[in-house]
Amino acid sequence: MAKTIQEREQTGEAVASVNTRRRFNFTPYLFILPHLIFFAIFVGYPFVSGLVYSTFQYNFLTPENNTFVGLNNYTNLFNTKSREFDLFWNSLGNTGIFMLYSVPALVIIPLLLAVLLNTKLPGRNIFRAIIFAPWVLSVSVISLLWFWIFQSNGGLVNVYAKALGIFGEDGPPRWLSTLPAAWIAITVATVWWTMGFNMIILLAALQDIPEQLYEAATIDGANTLQKFFRITLPLLQSVLVFVITITIIASFNLFGQSLFMTNNGPSRGTEPVMYRIYDEGFNRNAQGSAAAMSFVVALIMILVSYLNFRIFRKRDTSY
Amino acid sequence: MANSVQARPAARNSAFSYRGRTYFQRAILYLILTIIAIIVLIPMVWMFLTSIKPKNQLFTKDIQWWPATPTLDNYKTLINNPSTPIISWFTNSILIALIVTGLVLAVDSLAAYAYARMDFFGRDVLFKLLLFTLFLPGVLFLVPNFLIVNALGLRNNYLGVILPALAGVFGVFFMRQFFETIPKELEEAAHIDGANTFQTFWSIALPLAKPALATLGVITFLGSWNDFLWPLLILQDRSLQTLPIGLRSLQGSYTSEYGLMMAGAVVAAVPVLLLYIVLQRFIVASVASSGIKG
Repeated sequence: MAKTIQEREQTGEAVASVNTRRRFNFTPYLFILPHLIFFAIFVGYPFVSGLVYSTFQYNFLTPENNTFVGLNNYTNLFNTKSREFDLFWNSLGNTGIFMLYSVPALVIIPLLLAVLLNTKLPGRNIFRAIIFAPWVLSVSVISLLWFWIFQSNGGLVNVYAKALGIFGEDGPPRWLSTLPAAWIAITVATVWWTMGFNMIILLAALQDIPEQLYEAATIDGANTLQKFFRITLPLLQSVLVFVITITIIASFNLFGQSLFMTNNGPSRGTEPVMYRIYDEGFNRNAQGSAAAMSFVVALIMILVSYLNFRIFRKRDTSY
Repeated sequence: MANSVQARPAARNSAFSYRGRTYFQRAILYLILTIIAIIVLIPMVWMFLTSIKPKNQLFTKDIQWWPATPTLDNYKTLINNPSTPIISWFTNSILIALIVTGLVLAVDSLAAYAYARMDFFGRDVLFKLLLFTLFLPGVLFLVPNFLIVNALGLRNNYLGVILPALAGVFGVFFMRQFFETIPKELEEAAHIDGANTFQTFWSIALPLAKPALATLGVITFLGSWNDFLWPLLILQDRSLQTLPIGLRSLQGSYTSEYGLMMAGAVVAAVPVLLLYIVLQRFIVASVASSGIKG
């Protein structure tokens, strides 16, 4: 049996000829196939079929009546006289209001928590674990829980608010059936549920900041606030943009909290756009219209996250 | 002056700073953190305590934290009422979450290994396609996937919940990143010893990937256990529903019976809280690493 590998390499006949003679290799395809099949059925195909459905008046219960309507499902959303117009923009506006409440709270509170926990304090991990714990619960659990806590009669918040007289003569608001109290209740529940998630991400980023920077600043006589605003915040910028973006996207997906806590009321006052799509598609059985709404909402989500990145990245270059 | 410069850091440090903290400042920091931890824990404690309260002790004038007569009646009522089949909900949730987790781990690590280690025609294009869909909002797939599941006859069927969960790309992406950190030499050695590609994957790469598999597994389990919108669409039979959907039925069945609602919530919360206590470091590590990409 003639030559060793080294000898073959020296003569140059080696690797190339082995490679060209190799038969077509199926193995990699066998590895990716199981995933690829499900991906094709439940991600690839629906991406296209969703677009197609959005051009139909579509009801899966009466397929014989499905008719092609072109862009009507889309133009209806921008036509003030259509049935969908008021409902759609009301719900989209509600999701926007929720965002105004929840996104700042879900960035500032986790940032402060992360700064507090970014120490070599013994027992730090226990506090971190406790603050993060609510995140592992289902939206149903946390919504039902806060539905009970914010009840006007017997709810924890109002019992203490009344006892302490926090809201004066008028008493505490009916949290779940008046605005803007309902938004505050939904926001409090959401912040309690997810603040730990953002905190963990920010804490990991804080721990990457070299301690020498703070030591140098201390020697230069910088105080705590100066260090926070001149060192911590600028170095956290890219992670903060990431956290803000995922929080905005999560806020777009508001669905369970308002369903459980306020039943989307009072009079659709907390009905989020995800519920509108759900209702349009599966209670009214207008799947075409719901698909069109999904594409519009998805486009807005992508646009908002893109703008978010653009705006904050620009600042990045200016200092 | 030189002395005062040296003295300043210790004196000026507060909760925001990073070293040389005095005992007093430590005590304050502990106090703040303890208050925060209590605020976070109170709702969960309240949920549990409400669930063991008899109905007539729910609306007392002064809050009664510990019930005068703790009872498991709420749990018994849920179990015995055929319109709130909480045991079926529980087993459905467990079954679906376990199957989804097992299949996701298998399907995703196989695919990830190929994308990480093998050279094949179309690999880069396919992987870029997968990555692209990672940025698409899930709402896009709600209507068309419902219609697909319906067309496959999988509505009111566990498979209608399980199969779409296998299409996710996060796991492939996550496992691929991990496989790329494993030194190639180990697998090459196995190859030279005559192992085929699958044997190398199974006996070399997978055992090394245990921490990543654990992380992906626990994240997948949590996601499946807690999923709300999709099972709400697909599982309409009460006996087929999962706990998060069951809680919605429960809220509809019992107006202002908060003891019963909280008992249901406790049943849905306890398994994931236990899982969290045991596997906390995997969960926290996976969240922490998600920010590094940003």
